[in-house]
Amino acid sequence: MKLKKGIPVIDQGDKLGFWGGKFGGNFVPETLKKPIEDLEILFNKLKKDKNFITERDKFFKNWIGAPTRFIKLKNLTNHVGGAQIWSKVVSDANGGAHKIYNATVHCLLAKKSGKKVIIGDTGAGYAGKMLSMAAKKFGLKCKIFMGAKDIKRQQPNVKAMKKNGADVIPVYSGSQTLVDAVSECMRYWVANCDTTAMCVGSTVGPAIFVRICGWSTSQISRELKVQLINEFGEVPKKLKLYNCVGGGSSSFGFWNEFMDYDKKQVEFIGVEAGGPFKSKKHAAPLTYGSKIGILHGAAQYVNQNSDGQIEETESISAGLDYPGISPLHCFLKDTKRARYTAASDEEALKAYQIVTKYENLRPSLEPSHAFSVAIKEAKKFSNNTIVIINSCGDAYKDRGILEKKLGKKYVKSN
Amino acid sequence: MLNPISLAFKNARKEKRPALLTYTIAGDSSKKQSLEILKAISNYADILEVGLPHNTPVADGGQIQTSAYRAIKNGIKMNDIFKIVNDFKKIKNSKPVIFMGYYNMIFQYGENNFLKDCKKSGVNGLIIVDLPWPENKKFSKKCKKNSINFIQLLSPTTSNNRLKSITKDSHDMIYYISMLSTTGGKLKVSPKKILENYNKIKKISPKKNCVIGFGITEKTISNFKNTDGIVVGSQICKEITRSLNNRQNPVINVSKIVSKLRKKIS
Repeated sequence: MKLKKGIPVIDQGDKLGFWGGKFGGNFVPETLKKPIEDLEILFNKLKKDKNFITERDKFFKNWIGAPTRFIKLKNLTNHVGGAQIWSKVVSDANGGAHKIYNATVHCLLAKKSGKKVIIGDTGAGYAGKMLSMAAKKFGLKCKIFMGAKDIKRQQPNVKAMKKNGADVIPVYSGSQTLVDAVSECMRYWVANCDTTAMCVGSTVGPAIFVRICGWSTSQISRELKVQLINEFGEVPKKLKLYNCVGGGSSSFGFWNEFMDYDKKQVEFIGVEAGGPFKSKKHAAPLTYGSKIGILHGAAQYVNQNSDGQIEETESISAGLDYPGISPLHCFLKDTKRARYTAASDEEALKAYQIVTKYENLRPSLEPSHAFSVAIKEAKKFSNNTIVIINSCGDAYKDRGILEKKLGKKYVKSN
Repeated sequence: MLNPISLAFKNARKEKRPALLTYTIAGDSSKKQSLEILKAISNYADILEVGLPHNTPVADGGQIQTSAYRAIKNGIKMNDIFKIVNDFKKIKNSKPVIFMGYYNMIFQYGENNFLKDCKKSGVNGLIIVDLPWPENKKFSKKCKKNSINFIQLLSPTTSNNRLKSITKDSHDMIYYISMLSTTGGKLKVSPKKILENYNKIKKISPKKNCVIGFGITEKTISNFKNTDGIVVGSQICKEITRSLNNRQNPVINVSKIVSKLRKKIS
């Protein structure tokens, strides 16, 4: 299995949509073959269309607020000692997270295809919130599928979705989290694909959704590359990019532009959700060696039992609480382009405390996982190593959990 | 010699009626009861579809999901499912059994291993919901080699070109999904429209047995008297749930429903 140079990773799949011959594909009911093919044709055409790119960039700049900041975390660097620690503050984006890029592109595509309704899944509520924002902006009706457990733990985002006029549909099946929300959303699409567009909230699902999402979030690394050259005059000789990985949309977008660099120069570190320290459950299929299986239309490493039943996950962060992982990350893992590890709930909380103590930055629980590993590893690096963490979400949505775990005082004082 | 599936269609045709296909989830609500249900309904049904319960089913509606979750919760495993079929076939060897499920369960079991055990236990056909054409080409050939019918699915969104290619690659039986819906949805398309599409398929592929499924219940089944076969699933799963909730015997209740369904098309 080999990663090709000079070809975007999203376009390195084979005819049937498999990366490396075995990840991804289209394991979908017959009914969805046609809408998926239609979407493929539309996307392949538009991504080469200069007018469409201009239109996309206009929305990215004027509405989403590109570029998001690239800042040095001076106090944290001094505290840790070792590498220089920087952050790409993607949570600056309109709505507070990277999910806005994919949502915007899907709404643009829905408009072009003449669909009036768009549906989407959400875990942490960001994908749903952003889709509801974009749908409102583009005049589309919006339905969001969300696990009942996540609705309870991510109330601020649920309120935002409703405010934007979206129907939030609670999903009570299975573990009542993201995995069930995606299933229910796909089921709804099966029944309504003639009138409705579907947005999959991450780089997961049938191959076309993986590609569209990866293409959209790649805005992050396009910006970062320019910012690096402005700051250092070049892409640094020792660069390490840390990102949390749930489905894998923010990490893929954070890395994509640097794919062709030697990994000795630009290293990618993906941090999965290890779950509670004492629990056997986790959301880290790459770190803990889960087997390949089929989930939501794609072959991927996924937590499952020997019968092929998908296993329940556990993580403090709803956005990472997913048993599978993008086929793109499976491909990056097996080609050894990226390295994957996990942080526990407790480690993420600790990192959140450290970051907010030293910096004026409030990463949500998802990027706090990445901060945890970055802080640990940065100690060992020399001062000319540039460590960058994608702070891809803001902790506002996690207020309830943070208050419960760390105390009211702590959350308020920050 | 005709394979048992084709023979079942032939026998129904002799009686000038469509074949009746039922769908129940293996292990719902227990291994024993699920076998009892199969035995009871096989008196009225021509072909038995046995669902492999999966916990992330992307094409199933509420009724079948409930059945599947119940079976999984009660501990059903692949080995048990094969045993249920095996035990059933000991009593009713000639009654065709078709497995219907999602590909991951087969993938984890290993395709070859799975087909070997299908053959051993007496499974006659396979419907894999999320392994569409052309992705299923290789596996469907493997099935044929093992004398197992691989049943292709067609839907209202299937284009004409695709329809031709799929029917060409299909074995003796084809499954037409009546409408854009998960299983168990309300029939939102007129029977006339469904029959139009059915006839289109029959015109392209007159020799293959084509069944219609999704949204078919006691109320709608008589509209499809002049077809090769009809599948009823969700209504049966719903009856199992209802019986359990009312502390009644699902075997008796489900058997009554299937008997009624059979009368409606006879």
